[in-house]
Amino acid sequence: MEIIAKGAEANLYLENGVVIKERIRKEYRIPEIDETLRSMRTKREAKLLSLARRAGVPTPVVLDVDTKRKSITMNYIDGEKVKYIVDTLSKEELNRLFSEIGSLAAKLHRSHIIHGDMTTSNMLLSRGRVFFIDFGLGEVNPSLEAKGTDLLVFRKSVRSTHFRREKEILKAFFAGYRSEYPDGEEVIERMKRIERRGRYVSAR
Amino acid sequence: MICLGIEGTAEKLGVGIVTSDGEILANITKHMPLREGIHPREAAQHHAQNIKPLLKKALEKAGVSLDEVDLIAFSRGPGLGPCLRVVAVAARALALKYRLPILGVNHCVAHIEIGRLTTGAEDPLTVYASGGNTQVTAYVEGRYRVFGETLDIALGNCIDQFARELELGAPGGPIVEKLARNGSYVELPYVVKGMDLSYSGLLTAAVKKAKEVSVADVCFSLQETAFAMLVEVAERALAHTEKEEVLIAGGVVVNRRLQEMLRSMCAEHGAAFFAPPRDVLGDNGAMIAWLGILSHNSGMKQSLEDTHVIQRWRTDEVEVLWR
Repeated sequence: MEIIAKGAEANLYLENGVVIKERIRKEYRIPEIDETLRSMRTKREAKLLSLARRAGVPTPVVLDVDTKRKSITMNYIDGEKVKYIVDTLSKEELNRLFSEIGSLAAKLHRSHIIHGDMTTSNMLLSRGRVFFIDFGLGEVNPSLEAKGTDLLVFRKSVRSTHFRREKEILKAFFAGYRSEYPDGEEVIERMKRIERRGRYVSAR
Repeated sequence: MICLGIEGTAEKLGVGIVTSDGEILANITKHMPLREGIHPREAAQHHAQNIKPLLKKALEKAGVSLDEVDLIAFSRGPGLGPCLRVVAVAARALALKYRLPILGVNHCVAHIEIGRLTTGAEDPLTVYASGGNTQVTAYVEGRYRVFGETLDIALGNCIDQFARELELGAPGGPIVEKLARNGSYVELPYVVKGMDLSYSGLLTAAVKKAKEVSVADVCFSLQETAFAMLVEVAERALAHTEKEEVLIAGGVVVNRRLQEMLRSMCAEHGAAFFAPPRDVLGDNGAMIAWLGILSHNSGMKQSLEDTHVIQRWRTDEVEVLWR
């Protein structure tokens, strides 16, 4: 088995054209917490990958879930992380890409799917289509609070990672989000409120 | 060049004297006795009453007089307004009387820089956890960018408030750490959102749980859960930023268990772990003085009119000109 990536919480193996994502044990946390987190996230991720696809958001197809090994087998998406291509895109390309990402986020939220870790590291661009991956921190939750937090995570990750193109990205993303989600404005307002509650908002 | 730095963003007041070679000549901190949470006005009074004797003590320890000091630095924010203002007034008075340049600097950035100075870490991911702050930062293109932080209360605040609710005493951190030694695990909510985390739900649940099971069990579980959340966020940020060093900062990271967990995470990812000496880990004046020197040497200047305090001042708003 060929290891293709070692992320913070999982190893990815490529075997006969399929990907096996295995959540590895963490020595730093006690076994009770470790076992619960790895089981829960594996199950949730498998479920949410399928739910998301039904909601119209491209995701890898889940082929198998091994709750003992804490692994998910899914089809391999031949693409690049959006994180790595942002700086190579023209203004128009960037606008198109993030407006599409915004509308995909809206599709998730319309179906009450919270991604939980919406960053450009968890989006793959493959033959012109954007795939959402890594739903391990996600949940099904219809509340404005959960959706607002989901958007805040995205906004903050853009702020720290794509600071050079932060404005363009967010503008396109929220335009796409609003266009696909009639209640989108309400979620965006909630996101701002959650951010103001935080400790590190600068005075404005 | 010698810089005198005054720290006073919350309940601690500190005076540090540092040379431009990075030698810490004095670093004296006075803790306000706490029975309950920090009352901003009382903390400000504490600072006002103690600043003069503390300055005297620090100068004596350093063996320098104010005439030999070249620069005054103070913690301009983020922090509690009344405390910040007392410190700013003290700094301005010194600057005026001794005709010295003055610089108000960012408290969170100061924690990072004193850590780099005292440990030799070059380009670390910094895990900063204290009573009022919890954030994971790393330097990218001119700023310390925030890769993870709490969405509500700080880790130290969570533990202190828990201890207060249960009337375990103050400060809560060491008391909870001690009680946790004899506890076993009960389930508490674990809330990580992307690279951010949330402690307010955990606090509520822990207080509630203490009515059902032993205090030791809740202390143990609170620590294990809250720390695992922070270490996971740090781990995600480490993978994301691809840094090779981890530096710790803030009063909460004196906790042995938290350090052990962070060390273990670093070992797994092949990252070097850096822990500054204890006297510069929590809030202190030396970190303010050192950041004052770095800022001054990179050409930063402030007139007295520019030295108003900034209660809410994000780490990533500071332009890092000295790196």
